[in-house]
Amino acid sequence: MKLRNKDLLGMKELLPEEISEILKTAEMMKMVLKSGNKKTSHMQGKSVVTLFYENSTRTRLSFEMASKFMGASSANVSSSGSSINKGESLMDTARTIDVMSTDIIVMRHSQSGAPHFIAPKLNASIVNAGDGMNEHPTQALLDMYTMKEKYGSFEGLEVAICGDIYHSRVARSNAIGLSKMGARVRVAGPATMMPVGIDKMGCTVCKTVAEAVEGADVVMGLRLQLERQSKSLFPSVPEYARYYSVSQEILSLAKPGALVMHPGPCNHGVEMPTVVYDSPQSVINDQVTNGVAVRMAVLYMLMARRNQE
Amino acid sequence: MRIQLTNGKIAGKPGVSELFIEKGQIVSSLHGPADRVINLHGAAVLPGLIDAHCHLRDPGYEYREDIVSGTRSAAKGGFTSVCPMPNTSPVCDNASVVRSIITKAKKEGFANVFPIGAASKGLAGKELAEFGLMKEEGIVGISDDGRPIATPDLLRKVMEYASDFALPVMNHCEEPSLSDGVMNEGYLSTQMGLRGIPTAAEDIMIGRDIILSEYLNLPVHICHVSTKGGVRMIREAKARGVKVTAETCPHYFVLTEEACLGFDTNAKMNPPLRTEEDRLAIIEGLRDKTLDLIVTDHAPHHADEKDLEFSLANNGIVGFETAFALGYTYLVRPGFLTLEELTACMSFNPSKLLNLGRGTLEAGAPADISVFNLDQEFVFDKDKMLSKARNTPFHGYRLYGDTVLTISGGKITYEKLC
Repeated sequence: MKLRNKDLLGMKELLPEEISEILKTAEMMKMVLKSGNKKTSHMQGKSVVTLFYENSTRTRLSFEMASKFMGASSANVSSSGSSINKGESLMDTARTIDVMSTDIIVMRHSQSGAPHFIAPKLNASIVNAGDGMNEHPTQALLDMYTMKEKYGSFEGLEVAICGDIYHSRVARSNAIGLSKMGARVRVAGPATMMPVGIDKMGCTVCKTVAEAVEGADVVMGLRLQLERQSKSLFPSVPEYARYYSVSQEILSLAKPGALVMHPGPCNHGVEMPTVVYDSPQSVINDQVTNGVAVRMAVLYMLMARRNQE
Repeated sequence: MRIQLTNGKIAGKPGVSELFIEKGQIVSSLHGPADRVINLHGAAVLPGLIDAHCHLRDPGYEYREDIVSGTRSAAKGGFTSVCPMPNTSPVCDNASVVRSIITKAKKEGFANVFPIGAASKGLAGKELAEFGLMKEEGIVGISDDGRPIATPDLLRKVMEYASDFALPVMNHCEEPSLSDGVMNEGYLSTQMGLRGIPTAAEDIMIGRDIILSEYLNLPVHICHVSTKGGVRMIREAKARGVKVTAETCPHYFVLTEEACLGFDTNAKMNPPLRTEEDRLAIIEGLRDKTLDLIVTDHAPHHADEKDLEFSLANNGIVGFETAFALGYTYLVRPGFLTLEELTACMSFNPSKLLNLGRGTLEAGAPADISVFNLDQEFVFDKDKMLSKARNTPFHGYRLYGDTVLTISGGKITYEKLC
């Protein structure tokens, strides 16, 4: 099965069959990663540019590795050191990259909808690597891949997502993707960080983190995005940690062996204490590894669709 | 110039098909041969439309619109009078800016221009502007436009002082501390990851304005109502005899927040498009006369200010060239309002609010006349607009009520077909 759209803008735009296909393709990519020779020719002669308006370690690096492992040439543009700092508009920057016969642009931007804005105007395929508070589809896909590795299926899976839901594109993409695949998503966090209408996205809103975690198969902490706090939404970091962190006691309410996940980077002792982060249940490092495989799958499938045209 | 309109359906005069115009006035018969006889082929002849709330961007932002292009666009939409808000540069907060706007409009414009003066100097929300001196030059109302009169204390002073000059006070109601968003707050804003503006932001300030109006026993006019709660409070206040009047815009009875899907910046405005529930409440408010006026809030922007990431794009849409047709198509044809009621919302009621002495086709009235073809569907094409701007969400809409002829002060300002 080929992807329907030229771009990967969000989990909203993906059908359940497309999600399954990406996860299946990622399994093959993971085998490549685990083999001694991390080189394929899937994207030989193709080019990928990562365009990052916000800081990133995991996402940007894993896209770059994914491109390189598959033989594509890759380059990076970020705000500092480029003409973005001279005030060049997003559209002009994107078009400049596009006309250098770029096949895929992987973009991260602080404005929700920024990739949707440029995608229809460009020849290149756009992969949304995070847009404002909207979506981060490849993060959701790698999270789902990591869950599937352990549980095999999403049907009936109980996933607790805890923390700053309001600012989190990771929470949105996961909630959309997991619901599409039959999992049940519960969310918990300060009421000031719980967006209006989140229940209509198929999530169960819990009053406390304990309530969300109880009996869950997966417990996901979200980074407290201090850089996005426009208003006073909580009184202090210690108070936040006291009431909204996934502590060992809270984790013990989950199903035995439940997965602990975090999209990273983690504020240790805030979203979760280091003992939880490093616990045997934690698959946070697997998430990173799987991120490369999932991004290889996404790039490969978008490229396959382009070749077909 | 003597003009004779024949074969029209004259509003409020069943059986009459002719209308006479001489020396800028409607007359019962001409004193001499007509210079022009115009056959209207059965089109509807209405008192000239009056837009009590628009933006002509002149002076200061002529790259978006100016008095000539703006009034030309207004005339194409059947408007004979328009009231530009004071958020120009310099701000319309003193007599000389008012005078320059009116002078230019009289010389080069295609509609009567009755400016709204600023409530506070520089729209800064601190000191009162010179209401009296501005009125002498021709302002017809007071508003700080897109900047709500934020403190109750200032609103009180504005209402009290404006009453000395019989000027209506028009307030854009959005509590600033709750309005740090880019679309309506709700499921859609959450799903799209955009900061939301709750209906409560609007309702709180409408409530406050009603309370002050009731306490002071002075009138207040609520700008572009978009919420169900706002309509309810205004209805209740009117029933108690509070001197509150209110307006809404075509986009609030035609569109909902769903127009924002796909991050379409032509659906970005202030107050934001709301939900279907609100839209229906706006229609009900027009139906039971809780809402008195339909205004355009015509807000032209340059393409470079709209063709952007959603959060960075300017607020507002153009409205002159779609307002009547949207009203006719979405309110009259489905039976919510009669043509007479729609006309009242767009002509007589604004005239009454702003004391313009218009909104009628009686002999002796200024010859402000709008003629519409109500029977034929047309497709609205943004590229055929006479406005400089193109920021409309209604491109491609199939509508009824295309303008056939507009006459402002006895002069033909727009003509099609005839």
